[in-house]
Amino acid sequence: MNASARRIWGLMYRHLALYRGSWPRLLELMYWPVLQMCIWGFTANFLTARMGGAAVAAGMLLGGVLLWEVALRSQMGVAISFLEELWSRNLGHVFVSPLRPWELVAALIFMSVIRMCIGVIPAILLAWALYAFNLFSIGPLVVLFFANLMIMGWWVALAVVSLILRHGAGAEALAWSVLFGLTPFSAVFYPVSILPVWVQPVALALPSAHVFEGMRQVLADGTINWGHMGAATGLNAVWMGVAILIFARQFRAARERGALLSIGE
Amino acid sequence: MDAIAVSNLTKRYGKTLAVDQIDFAVAQGQTIGLLGGNGAGKTTTIAMLLGLLIPTEGSIHVLGHDMATDRFAALARMNFSSPYVALPARLTVAANLRVYGHLYNVPHLEARILELADQLDLHEFLARPAGQLSAGQKTRAALAKSLINRPDVLLLDEPTASLDPDTADMVRGWLERYRAESGCTILLASHNMAEVERLCSHVLMLKKGKVVDRGTPDELLTRYGRDDLEEVFLDIARNRGQAAEAAQ
Repeated sequence: MNASARRIWGLMYRHLALYRGSWPRLLELMYWPVLQMCIWGFTANFLTARMGGAAVAAGMLLGGVLLWEVALRSQMGVAISFLEELWSRNLGHVFVSPLRPWELVAALIFMSVIRMCIGVIPAILLAWALYAFNLFSIGPLVVLFFANLMIMGWWVALAVVSLILRHGAGAEALAWSVLFGLTPFSAVFYPVSILPVWVQPVALALPSAHVFEGMRQVLADGTINWGHMGAATGLNAVWMGVAILIFARQFRAARERGALLSIGE
Repeated sequence: MDAIAVSNLTKRYGKTLAVDQIDFAVAQGQTIGLLGGNGAGKTTTIAMLLGLLIPTEGSIHVLGHDMATDRFAALARMNFSSPYVALPARLTVAANLRVYGHLYNVPHLEARILELADQLDLHEFLARPAGQLSAGQKTRAALAKSLINRPDVLLLDEPTASLDPDTADMVRGWLERYRAESGCTILLASHNMAEVERLCSHVLMLKKGKVVDRGTPDELLTRYGRDDLEEVFLDIARNRGQAAEAAQ
């Protein structure tokens, strides 16, 4: 293992050791996605039974719930792993080690993938077992949906971490709430065309809206809209670039202000 | 080559001058004490030496590396301990040492952890969460973390703060032996003057961000006509006796 990979593993090991010794933390990762799946799964069942012929709509609802959890868990995975360092007042030790900022971000991203899998896989299995909804019936395209929503979660989280670097612990509530605020614009459960005309450009600037438009199209008529996939990927590249710039600037500003030692206070 | 070379180091926060044009050099294998009252600029200086804080002006070279452009090469050969920066409380001492061993790319990590456990008498609490340790045990664990990579430069911020006299003496004795055996350069910020007299070959006296005096402990005692460094410290803090400018 080269030095860089070892440093990334070192920070991941710190979080894995934390989870290994704390079953409530592991339970918390699964709790919300499973709860969401229970609520929306039974709601979808009810609507299917009452309205008849609404199986596709139920699939869209469940697919939306599961895929949006991918974005939420990915975003929280990065932001909360960073907050764990802040809460344990360990950032001083981390930042005086040879760990590069990009290695820190890489470790947080790998942790978010692990956290996302622990949180979302039980919900996917529950959807299959209770409601006979198989997310993977969408086909290989589901990998692109996952990838785009995970990347969106990461750049939103990088923006949150940048705000924490700028404003300290006062910004930590954003780690839980910021992506929920984007839910109405992400067209998770309805098409973008339902939104007021002046809101639609905002929605179309988000990769998530394109992913969910693509998902609905696949579930409705089995066709793949590569335009939406291309837009989601391109937008992710742009937003990720912006988030990296903001993070780099805020990290440097924190070093100028001396905030890296006192950020938890 | 000096292990640490600091030139014209200045840190300004808005209109507040925290560190004002400091110059000093520390030869390899030397232990230097950074003394001064609260707000004198000790912690700010240490933070700049560690790359946590970007200076407003001036330069820092550690082990020949410019901290402005090449800090990671220096950081790999440095380490730091402070009672004010905690180790993750829920991780065991061994897990903490593994984390930092990986971050510093330490070869034969498990053997190094056992070696440190032998030297610092950590065996009985290696498997205990860091948050459940006594103050003395925490200090030993933090010291083990700071030595995990066999640093060439060690920065210690009040290493014996809040320790009982017996544990503090043990830590000082251990630092003396470690420096003698490893040739490590140590920069120590402390409010404990007896500790500084015992460990440091040179002392920098800071006041309001400036170096107001410097020398070996014996030179300072002679210059101020005092019996111990605590009296020298009080003379400087209260502007008594020899003026700093005259002393220099």
